[in-house]
This record gives sequence, C-alpha cells and structure tokens, in this order.
Amino acid sequence: MTEPTQPLFEVFVRAKRGLSHVHVGSVHAPDATMAVRNARDLYTRRQEGVSIWVVEASDITASSPDEKDSFFDPAGDKVYRHPTFYTVPEDVEYL
Amino acid sequence: MYGNDFGDFDDPGAGPLNAADTGEVEAAAAHADRRAELDLSDFDAIIAADQRIEPRDAMPEEYRQTLIRQIAQHAHSEIIGMQPEGNWLTRAPSLRRKAILIAKVQDEAGHGLYLYSAAETLGITREELLDRLHNGKQKYSSIFNYPTLTWADIGAIGWLVDGAAIMNQVPLCRCSYGPYARAMIRTCKEESFHQRQGFEALWDLMRGTEAQQAMAQDAINRWWWPALAMFGPRDTGEHAVKGGHTAQSMAWGIKRFSNDELRQRFVDMTVPQAERLGLKLPDPELKWNEERGHYDFGEIDWDEFWRVLKGDGACNAQRMERRVTSHKQGAWVRDAAAAYAAKSEGRKAAASNEGSAA
Amino acid sequence: MSSDTETTAATATGGPATAGAAHTAYLLGLADDALIYSHRLSEWLTWAPMLEEDMAMANISLDLIGQARSIYTYVGSIDGTNRTEDDLAYWRDEREFRNVHLVEQRRGDFAQEMARMLWFAAYQKGLYAALSGSADAQLRAIAVKALKEVRYHYDHAAQWAVRLGDGTGESHDKMQAALTWVAPYVAELFSDDANSVAAADAGVGVLPSTLQAAAASAVADVLREATLEAPADSRWHARGGREGVHSEPMGYLLAEMQHLPRSHPGAAW
Repeated sequence: MTEPTQPLFEVFVRAKRGLSHVHVGSVHAPDATMAVRNARDLYTRRQEGVSIWVVEASDITASSPDEKDSFFDPAGDKVYRHPTFYTVPEDVEYL
Repeated sequence: MYGNDFGDFDDPGAGPLNAADTGEVEAAAAHADRRAELDLSDFDAIIAADQRIEPRDAMPEEYRQTLIRQIAQHAHSEIIGMQPEGNWLTRAPSLRRKAILIAKVQDEAGHGLYLYSAAETLGITREELLDRLHNGKQKYSSIFNYPTLTWADIGAIGWLVDGAAIMNQVPLCRCSYGPYARAMIRTCKEESFHQRQGFEALWDLMRGTEAQQAMAQDAINRWWWPALAMFGPRDTGEHAVKGGHTAQSMAWGIKRFSNDELRQRFVDMTVPQAERLGLKLPDPELKWNEERGHYDFGEIDWDEFWRVLKGDGACNAQRMERRVTSHKQGAWVRDAAAAYAAKSEGRKAAASNEGSAA
Repeated sequence: MSSDTETTAATATGGPATAGAAHTAYLLGLADDALIYSHRLSEWLTWAPMLEEDMAMANISLDLIGQARSIYTYVGSIDGTNRTEDDLAYWRDEREFRNVHLVEQRRGDFAQEMARMLWFAAYQKGLYAALSGSADAQLRAIAVKALKEVRYHYDHAAQWAVRLGDGTGESHDKMQAALTWVAPYVAELFSDDANSVAAADAGVGVLPSTLQAAAASAVADVLREATLEAPADSRWHARGGREGVHSEPMGYLLAEMQHLPRSHPGAAW
C-alpha cells in the first residue's frame, strides 16, 4: 500500500544579496520548519544561496495555460510602455 | 570544504574530461524561450519549435507516461547507485577520499531528489514511484547490480559509470520536458565533479605501488563492458533491437541521440583518457578507425546484459532487499513526523480560534 | 602560527614539553570525537528514513570530518612529529585514540541517533563557543567555523527529538528508550581529565565540566517540548575514552576504517 505523501514544498533561493529569490525546485517535508532545512541540505550545499523561502505547493495559485491568450496577449500591442518606442534626437544625453 | 580540493593531479591532457565540460550544459541552460509566440495547446507545435513543455501544458498521455517511466528509472538509479559506492564509505583509504566519497554519495541522493521532483510535476507522487521500484515494476540502471570489490572500483565507477551517465545526461539538458531538462542541468554540473574524482582516484593508484596499479587495472577489466552496456541495447543499423523506445522518444525531443551514437562518443572520449592513465581497456578489437574517424570496438556480451537486466546479476537481490528494508525501517519515523505536523496544525488552529473568541 | 601557539601554551604553564603533550593530547580528543562520529554518521547513507535525511546526515558527517581534518593537520604541525592527518587517523592504534565512548557506539535506530546527536551537539556547541576565545589562535579559528556547523547539528537533532517525542505512541516510546540508551555515555563528555585540565589552565582549552550545565539545560528544554522525560541515571557510566580505553565496538570500527592503508604501507591514495 502506498503511504500518504508528505506535503510538497516549492523552494526559492536567493543566490546572493541584492538578487531576488528564484524557484529552484521542490522538497518534501512533514512541515514548513523541516522543509526549510531539507531545502538547505538539498539546494545550497555548494553555497548556492544566502536565503531560502519554502511555500507549500498546494498554496500556490497559478495562471493556466488555457488563459494564456486573455492574460498575456493583450500586453503585446502596448508598445508605448517600452522606452524604445520613443524617438528622441541622438544628441540629447541622459535620456 | 570538500569542494575545492579535487584538482591536484597533473594535467591529464588537453580537452574536456567529459561532456559536461564542453559548454553544452551552459548552452542548454541558456536555451531561448520562444513559447510566448506559440499556441500552448498545440503540443506538436511546441515540440517542432524545440520549445519546452511545462507541467500544465496539454500533452499526449503516452508522452506523460514515457516521461514518468524514464525520469523515475533515472531517479531510482541515483538512489540505488548510492549502495555500491556507499559500500566503501567506512573504508576509504584517506580522510580526503572519505570526505569526497561522502559528498559524492550524498549527491546521488540529491540527484534522486531532483529527479523525483521532476517526475512529480507529471502528476504522480514520490511514494507511488518508490512503490513501483520496491515491487519491481520499475527498474534502475543494471550497472548497479555489479559489486564494488576493491577501492579501485570507486575510481572506476566515478570515471566510467559517471562518465557514461554524463554522456547520456548532457543531451537531456535539452529534453523537451522543462522540469526534466532543468533537473539535468543541475545534475550535470554536479556530476562533472564525480567523474573527475574518479579519474583522480585512478590517477593516484596508477602512480602508486604495483599492487595499486593492479587493483586499478582489475577494476577497469570488470567495469569497462558494463559501462558500455549502460547506453542500452543497439538501436541503429542491422543489429538494432526491435521494440525499443528510441524512435518515439526522439520524435518527442526526449532523446536526442541514439544509444549507439552516445556509446561511440563515450568510447572516443574515454580511450585517450585510459592511455593517459596507463590503463588497458579490456577489448582486443579496440582500435582507431581512420576512415570513420572513430574508435572501433568489440561487441558487448548482450546475453549478460539481458541476464543482469532481468535480475540475475551479482547484486540485484541484495540492492533491492536493502532498499526495501531501509524504507520499511524508516516508516515509523515518517509516521511520527506526519503525526507531529498534524498535531502542530491542530494546536495552531486551536490557538487562533481562542484568539478570535477573545 | 603554530610556533606562536606553542609559545602561548608553554608560557602559560611554564613547561614547553608537558604543555606541548597535554595541548596536543587535548586537541586529539576533539579531533577523534569528530572523526569517529563522522564515521558513524556516514554509515546512515542509504539507511536514513527518508532521502532528505540521507542529505542531512551526510552534511553533518562532512562538517565533522572537516573539523577532524583541520585539527589533525594542526596537531601534526605542532607536536614535533610532522604527522599528516592520515598518519593520525589511519596509523594510530586503538589505545592512542582519545574519543569518548558515545561516538564509537554502533549505529542504532533513528531515535538513538538523534539522542546521541542531541547530546553530542549540545556538548560541541558549548565547547566551540568557549574555544572561540582560546589562547591558541589556530584552534580559535577552527572553533569559530565549527561553532556555526554544530549549531545546525544541534537544531537538527532537536527538531527530530521533538517530532519523535511528540509524534506517534511508537515514536515516543522509541525516543524515550533512546534517551535511556544514551544516558550512560553522557557523563564522559563532561568529565575533566589531566589533558583538559592542563589545556584549560593554559587558556588553550576549556574544562568539559564547565559545559555540562548549559548543555543539560538545553537538552532539558528540548525534552520538555518533546513531551519526553529525562531518564533515570544509569548504574554504570562510560569512562576511559580520553585515556584510550575504549569499548568493544571501537576495535571493529578501526579495523574497517584503517585496513586498506595498513595493507599497503607507504602507498598514497
């Protein structure tokens, strides 16, 4: 018989100060306290990090691939949001 | 502390020691993301554009099952692989070698964890996968059914077995399934250390006493052919084994090269290293073929390959028994951790209820 | 560095020869504890109750072997013998090892390991905190680094002691039994011997007896949270490790650990 699964936690590691936490993978642990420790032993044994977040995977709400069109495509034509959209004289500095 | 002292052997010669040193891993890590331009419901279009499939994308059920099987067997191999090497943890001949070996066996556990995590994104739990290992429904690499009889076997495993594993894994860094590809990038970077430490252990033996040299040669005599067999049955040419998964896996971008291609690359990369080490590879037919631009080599004993795969290797029964025993012995600890977590949750809930009542 | 520390120790006690011998004997006790416990913990690989715990045990084992290697290398450089870390680990006989009995005991179940780790890490935590102020600059540097490591070991053992103690009925009983198992070996950690007295007098070392109260109180806090009871004091206590008088498992451990280099005298690995 398959025994019940320990909760799955997603792991985010800050590689060094000044950088964001980045998703690196997941660990199983009975609880969040042990999850941080398990993540430390698995994902930072080569000095890959200075800070760890764990989030129980079931607590994450994600956008769905089915929603991709309505979520992300509408941003595609808002080219004026990007600085490269604007034409400025070449001899103007600091712009 | 153990990460920075592996490299004090003489220069073993020009060129990369293994496929992980060639920049292919970095290139895979830098793979351009063009998924935004694609219709994510169109699996074939994503595959055709050499883009990654991610966990929540639509995918054919056979693709999912193929990946579950392959990633799980890969994960099982990592954790069963801890046993033959763990066999020498208490007998490593120097403190430096002891520390390196602890770190290496630990890495195998870590790679197993990366891989089980990747498999779990396909909608299966690690417990189910372990069940399939324990009841024999899923296999692990046959190489680990050979025994580690001397210290030199640790060197041979690092150099040949990890070398062959890297050769297999580097193309997987570009596998079409994102989580598997990412697990492989991480793994390959770490495995590179494994092969180097194996090479270095043999290098030291071959510069040691006659007995040490004989120990190294004996290990290579026993591990060379099983290492070549790690690439799997022949899947090209007239001798190709029927019914393999190669063609479908290639079409799906899970597999990038045939077993025979990878085996040839491994031989070509390893022969000059063996010469540099002063070890003789146990194959009288091994010789450079100018015309092909590759080494020719003899035929693997496929009867032995199938025999060991089907369970009749020196250690098949022993490895499984130990794995199952260890898992059973740990059950009460896992139960305790789960029970404590449930109690803590209950206490937390009770405390917050009291708080809101007050 | 090494000649400085030798002078410090010698000046403080007034006799270079005796101070040197006690000083290095004291250091060997620290290193042997770390090596032998590292060895026992490495035996857990493939036997841990979950893969995550294989990772953790290996990390702790690696920290400890690192501590041992640093101290051995240092001892070899100041005791006038020029011995390497491997000379000290592989070529001393059982009677020359100065570790406590606790660390040489055979691997038991997971509860026993956590009980052993809890006490040993509680001891090492106090030890390295005190040695972070040692008059021996080299030892001080080793202690500062090791202190960070053993704090984590202590936390690991404490987390598990609480989960096993306050987990299921079965785990509670096993953890309680483990505390009884480990109890006879605890006193030796905190016993002063001639070498630790000399090292403490010289400002190099710390008297183990001064570490007992804090360690016992830390362990008591963990037991309380774990709903466990302190075991009754045992009738017998382990003793003699610091003088090289060990228990029976030690001979087997060394036979296994040392056989390969000793089968090939003069060989390098």
